[in-house]
Amino acid sequence: MSEQGLTCQEVIELLSSYIEGGLTVDDRRRVDEHLALCDGCTTYLEQMRETIRLSGMVTEEQVPEDEKTALLAAFRDWRS
Amino acid sequence: MPPVSGRPPARTARAPDVYDSSMPDRQVVVPSADAATIERLLAGDEATFMMLVDQNQPAMVRLAQMYVSSHAVAEEVVQEAWIGILKGLPSFEGRSSLRTWMYKIVTNVAKTRGVREGRSLPFSALAGEHDDPVDPSWFQGPDDPFPGGWRTFPDDWRGIPEDRLLGRETLDHISRALDGMPPMQAEVVRLRDVQGWSSDEVCNALDLTETNQRVLLHRGRSRIRRDLDAYLSEGRDR
Repeated sequence: MSEQGLTCQEVIELLSSYIEGGLTVDDRRRVDEHLALCDGCTTYLEQMRETIRLSGMVTEEQVPEDEKTALLAAFRDWRS
Repeated sequence: MPPVSGRPPARTARAPDVYDSSMPDRQVVVPSADAATIERLLAGDEATFMMLVDQNQPAMVRLAQMYVSSHAVAEEVVQEAWIGILKGLPSFEGRSSLRTWMYKIVTNVAKTRGVREGRSLPFSALAGEHDDPVDPSWFQGPDDPFPGGWRTFPDDWRGIPEDRLLGRETLDHISRALDGMPPMQAEVVRLRDVQGWSSDEVCNALDLTETNQRVLLHRGRSRIRRDLDAYLSEGRDR
């Protein structure tokens, strides 16, 4: 690894931006170079992607019935 | 690409109104799904309204809660915001998505109410958490052969069966991690990763800069990853 290469500790802090496509061209290249040589960070990146996928399976909490009733009343009121 | 039927050609009619030209996919016309929703609401369709309530009410109450003193006040704020949303619908211009616009109204009503209550900014909501989701001890120190390099590689999750990954218990760990985060961080992760909003929408809805949003998202994801890793590696050989 070259002197100015990123350390693993630095790379993992860039991974959300990396996944989002939010890095500068330069930073992206440096992360790619690191990932090509580092199994640990590649695994961590996979874990982050999996974390995002699994988070997408979480269901939102239910709205309490009394809140729903109050809002439906407000909606009917607005129409009239 | 052939034009989608019933949808005006994008990026022509109101192009001068685009306020962030760096976002090439920004909608400059009311997206057709939003337009249809608004039309049904204006026609008095209760099912459409209740669908919006189901999708957004819990997040809206959490959002309001960041600015006001109690859950009860947050509910009042959101009720008031819904009325503002309904009244504002006929003049909705589609400069943002419908849901972004709705959350902005919640934020505005909540802020006003918070000021009246003597609360100013949601400092607690923006405060960093005490535990770092990335443990420095995972990495080699300055005197080790590779400072900043992994001491032990993270676990490979690829061998874990899908039914364990998607099991109730795994998802409960994610929910608990979200509940344990500072409120703004949790809300960013919920909107981005649980509900699938774009970063642009979240910045607008929560009144965050792109940089803040990204930092909160990254810390939140890192924390969920850490908690999932602790759970998923239980009973596995390393």
